[in-house]
Amino acid sequence: MSLTLSSRGMALFLACLLAVPLAAQQSLPPAPYAYRQLEDPAKEAAAQALMETLRCLTCQSQSIADSDAAMAGDMRHQVRTRIAAGEEPEAIRAWLVERYGDYVSYAPVVSETTWPLFAIPLLLLAGAGAILWRRLRRAQ
Amino acid sequence: MRWWWWIPLMLFAGFLGVAAYQLTQPKDDFVPSAMVGKPLPAFELPAAIEGMSGVSTADFQDGKPRLLNIWASWCLPCIAEAPQLDQLKQEGVEIVGIAIRDRPEDVAAFLARHGNPYTRIGADDLSQVQLAIGSSGVPETFVIDGKGVIRYQHIGDIRAEHVPILLEKLREAGE
Repeated sequence: MSLTLSSRGMALFLACLLAVPLAAQQSLPPAPYAYRQLEDPAKEAAAQALMETLRCLTCQSQSIADSDAAMAGDMRHQVRTRIAAGEEPEAIRAWLVERYGDYVSYAPVVSETTWPLFAIPLLLLAGAGAILWRRLRRAQ
Repeated sequence: MRWWWWIPLMLFAGFLGVAAYQLTQPKDDFVPSAMVGKPLPAFELPAAIEGMSGVSTADFQDGKPRLLNIWASWCLPCIAEAPQLDQLKQEGVEIVGIAIRDRPEDVAAFLARHGNPYTRIGADDLSQVQLAIGSSGVPETFVIDGKGVIRYQHIGDIRAEHVPILLEKLREAGE
């Protein structure tokens, strides 16, 4: 008797543990394609590759592929349904960049603000090369 | 030693200084929408509760500036901004709501408890309109001019000090 009581108490306790975080969050189930893969493996692979390079907006240090945030789920749903409909991954990325800026994409692009990041290493390499070439020529 | 040998070391020290300064600055968690200045994308949302109208792009094109409030009944800061939305409504501002990932009964309970400042509320169950307008969380409030162009974005809950700013932006949008 005491055993059943305590196990019932335990079950109630566990139920409370589970219920509290759920009650504090959203009650709608995840979007259909938030956690379901596309049937076509090639399309799913394309979607997965894109999702790994898109930033979750509510949890900014994760990609939407890694995040369990509801909004990341909705973004995965959007990526998967658009790819299923035949849209190119880069077109989807461009659509998001148009809305959130470069920030939403983890894939670096050369733009007005980012070109020095690409130019400076090349300039440094060229400078080092020039110095080395002069030194070696002098040493001969 | 020639003076210009020191240049790389100075550059390095400068870089360290910038990095150290940035580390002491609080992180800016806001992602502003790049859609400010652009027209609202085309959308049509069903009503979030019975007895009210849904929201579509056409509702913003009658020449009158409005607020578009992105919110949810499960969002705590949305409770905090409810009095300010009510105040804006008292000032004659039309506020259109979009409820993100919400249930009709939860929306109704929220409005019964915290007041209903909205003329229409659309239900965005998959965050599709939220993504389309470049909003990255709840609550966010957009000023939409009479032609349906997004003119201003307020991120986070509206506090008392933001009410005059929003009124000013609405006035500018109406010029």
